[in-house]
Amino acid sequence: MHFFNLRHRYTRSKFTISYPDYTLNEKEHLLIVGGSGSGKTTLLHILSGLLKPTAGEVVINGTSMYELSEAGLDQFRRNHIGIVFQRVHLISALTVTENLALAQYLAKQPGNSGIINTLLSELGIEGKAKSYPNELSFGESQRVGIARAVINKPKILFADEPTSNLDDKNSEKVLMLLQQQAEKNEASLIIATHDERVKRHYDNVLDLDQEMIAEGEER
Amino acid sequence: MNIFKLSYSYLKKSPLNTGLNILLLALGIATITSLLLFNNQFRNNLIQNAEGIDVVVGAKGSPIQLILSSIYHIDSPTGNISLEETHGVLMNPMVAEVIPLALGDSFEGYRIVGTERSYLTLYSAEINEGNFWEYSKEVVAGAKVAEKLQLSVGDSIISSHGIEEEGASHEDSPLIIVGILEESGSVLDQLLLTSVETVWDVHDHSDPDEDHEEEEHEEEDHHDEEHHDEEHHDHDEGHSEQRTKVSTEPMGFMTDDNLDKELTSLLITYRSPIAGAMFPRFINDQTDMQAAAPGFEITRLLSLLGIGFDVLRIFGIILILASILGVFIALYNAMKERKYDLAIMRTLGGSRVTLMAQILLEGVLLVLSGSILGILFAHFGIAFLSGSYQQAEQFNIDPWVFLPEEFLILGGAVLLGIFSALVPSIIAYRTSISTTLSK
Repeated sequence: MHFFNLRHRYTRSKFTISYPDYTLNEKEHLLIVGGSGSGKTTLLHILSGLLKPTAGEVVINGTSMYELSEAGLDQFRRNHIGIVFQRVHLISALTVTENLALAQYLAKQPGNSGIINTLLSELGIEGKAKSYPNELSFGESQRVGIARAVINKPKILFADEPTSNLDDKNSEKVLMLLQQQAEKNEASLIIATHDERVKRHYDNVLDLDQEMIAEGEER
Repeated sequence: MNIFKLSYSYLKKSPLNTGLNILLLALGIATITSLLLFNNQFRNNLIQNAEGIDVVVGAKGSPIQLILSSIYHIDSPTGNISLEETHGVLMNPMVAEVIPLALGDSFEGYRIVGTERSYLTLYSAEINEGNFWEYSKEVVAGAKVAEKLQLSVGDSIISSHGIEEEGASHEDSPLIIVGILEESGSVLDQLLLTSVETVWDVHDHSDPDEDHEEEEHEEEDHHDEEHHDEEHHDHDEGHSEQRTKVSTEPMGFMTDDNLDKELTSLLITYRSPIAGAMFPRFINDQTDMQAAAPGFEITRLLSLLGIGFDVLRIFGIILILASILGVFIALYNAMKERKYDLAIMRTLGGSRVTLMAQILLEGVLLVLSGSILGILFAHFGIAFLSGSYQQAEQFNIDPWVFLPEEFLILGGAVLLGIFSALVPSIIAYRTSISTTLSK
């Protein structure tokens, strides 16, 4: 995967941010760091196909994502990308199992409860299969969020601030789980964080605070 | 997992809101549907029961009352007419056929009608069990009466005076059930039929202060009513009462000796349609009786009821619109809460069209279940009402008839459901993933 000439202009604040070019090889992991407001989440959204940048290209496996049609991009995301959000936000009307089944359904995968059960026990939350999201602790729902992101075996797994609300011990655990799942699926793991604790685990680090070329306000 | 299950889960998540919307819609649909069912069957029954009757002649009074009491047996008779007066009607060249009716008694709330065989022919009714009457005080029961009161051939019943509530009973004149009619779907199902002579016999010794022909009980061995009759003392029952054979000829009871007796009304068929213009005028101007045409009176009655029906219909439509608005507001509000859900589903690969379809489906499910419930309400409601009011029974309203219009209602409801979910679904369609998730 590589991305270059990425620039994004925020419609509200008319503020434009430019990102450095970067190339990430298959199965390699990447850490995107930077203080709040440095544009980490925006970059993550752009890289994961959720937000069309004002300029520039994101190429994954030879496909330039933003040259795809709307439907083509939906399909590309289904097949290649899994995202763990900072706020997990499970569908509150559905149980844990149903939330995962929904992810299979939306990605046009056949419903497979075997995969769901295996994944839940790998993440140590098999006992919560029938629980509703409001019955889960933060840690539990984050694990369900990880399960949801990897259930369709994505090629790239994105995680936005996965450790921000966790103590040292739990943040270690979550990083471990993310890494395990990425390796199991032979996927790249891209984590955006401002958490210094995470840094020491990764070789590839993109520090937006240093690299970012802020162009200031444009009118 | 599919969008059907997803929609269902969302509806289940807010049961009160969902329940209220469904109930509101069900009430509206039930109002409209029951009006439809009632109106349809009521109209049909009014028309069917009056078929073959061109005009009704009876005592002066309200023509609607005369029609209601003589054809549908739901109101009090207007009074009596003497045989002498009816003689002129029989002789009239415009008249083809006459069915005499002598009303005034009842048994357990079911009316006893003194008439002739031709009354059965009018509704093509057949005897199902037993025989037609041959003697006085023999009765043929309508199918529904026999079923409700569990009457069978050979039972004897004590009729009571008056047609509405329990009146003085004719203890001394038990009547015998000799036959039970097949169900005909007509007003006959709800009647006990007998000969005109029976009614006279039961009311022998006229009571002058009675405004109807029915008089207080007491049957004695009066021999004046019949001439070609023979006395039967060989009756099986221990009563050893006298039994008189009744006439089998049309209007055979009309003998010189009986001219002081009375009937309630005559159902008349014309010889030619032209009579429709002349005959009623003749009766109304030249006699002390009145002639009422069922067709005209039914139309009048329906237009009077029509106002009430219209009010109910408007009420039903308002209920439906309110509930559709409720569905819209519920979905619209849900969109605010569910924006994040929608964005998440998009990131999981759900397309805009899928999400839009899911919202539409939610609206359709809500409205469809409300409509089906409403239609069921209507049928059960009518079943309940027609079971608890005898007046309703008289009209043979069948609660389990499904009209094609009901499918129209269902179809219309689905359209409204789509309509109410349209704006929310467009919101779902337009939701931007990134902006929503960064909030």
